[in-house]
Amino acid sequence: MSDDAPPRPVPTLLDLFLTYGRIGLIGFGGINAWARRVLVEEKRWLTDQDYAETLGLGQVLPGPNALNAAIMVGDRFHGTAGAIAAPAAMFGGPLVLLAGLAMFYDAYGEVPVVKAVLAGVAAAAAGMVLGTAAKMTQKIRPPPALLGVGLCALVAAGVFRVPLPYVVLGLAPFGILGAWRALSAK
Amino acid sequence: MTAAVFWQLVLGFGAISLVSVGGGIAVLPEMHRLVVEVHGWMSDADFAQRFALAQAAPGPNVLVVGLFGWHVGGVAGMLTAVVAMTLPTSLLAFGFSRLRARLAGRFWLRVTERGLVPIAVGLIGASGLILAQGTATGWVPAVLTACSTLFVWRTDCSPLWVLGAGAMVGLAFL
Repeated sequence: MSDDAPPRPVPTLLDLFLTYGRIGLIGFGGINAWARRVLVEEKRWLTDQDYAETLGLGQVLPGPNALNAAIMVGDRFHGTAGAIAAPAAMFGGPLVLLAGLAMFYDAYGEVPVVKAVLAGVAAAAAGMVLGTAAKMTQKIRPPPALLGVGLCALVAAGVFRVPLPYVVLGLAPFGILGAWRALSAK
Repeated sequence: MTAAVFWQLVLGFGAISLVSVGGGIAVLPEMHRLVVEVHGWMSDADFAQRFALAQAAPGPNVLVVGLFGWHVGGVAGMLTAVVAMTLPTSLLAFGFSRLRARLAGRFWLRVTERGLVPIAVGLIGASGLILAQGTATGWVPAVLTACSTLFVWRTDCSPLWVLGAGAMVGLAFL
């Protein structure tokens, strides 16, 4: 919609694998904000609208939404092979890292220096996630009704801690109604 | 890891995954019930500590189930728990992806996709808020979060810069 930029490059299967591997390993604070950064801004394989639509579907389906989105993105570019390569890479790296961390914790317990560094990284990662939400909103430029639905989701889940299934399934009809009115008006 | 524990992991996490609408972390209370209350595999404090460890590490948040599996059955337990938690819904997502490709361009599908966008973005914001509430233990991390938000929002530079800065600030002040 808003982007009439040059045609978007299509990744090779190896590109897809390596890129999702990198997304997994830098994914502090959760995958979604990083996947958007790499897929939309760095690689330009998807637009903000594409990515947000894929992630939205991933949230309505059961299962980890970043995983559902990775399967759909992989399938879109490389069919079954892509749908396996993208999530395998996204999980593989962090899983090895986590196994290492678990062994380290079992052997040494908490190390104050590591804890302090991780606390700083976590605070920065929280800002990264918040900044991504703001940036996506700005790029997608939703009509007022959809902006309202987004704010409801933000407040319900982020402030009142309403369980996510209620937020997703409760707000989906309003989002769809808003989108229907916006698309019909054109 | 005994055969009994293997099947408890497979069935327990497999069942949880199928109701995890909204993401893996949405079912954290159910995981707590399975791991702490039903099977008594670990204490409350262990559970909270594993969760904090998985949150601090990079990667999909759902990988916390790998740590629960690790606690019960080492590497085999880790792989069993992760596969049980991800495989059933992955097959579903793949089937849906195929259906979506076949129906691409239908008006009602476009309306649905577009209608879910604000929820996706709103929930990214919500997870940022929840992370920020957890990390803001004083003014230093709170300022760090605010600066990082502005940096990522207003510039196109790599967010790895703010993670690096966060690590330095953490080392110096936290």
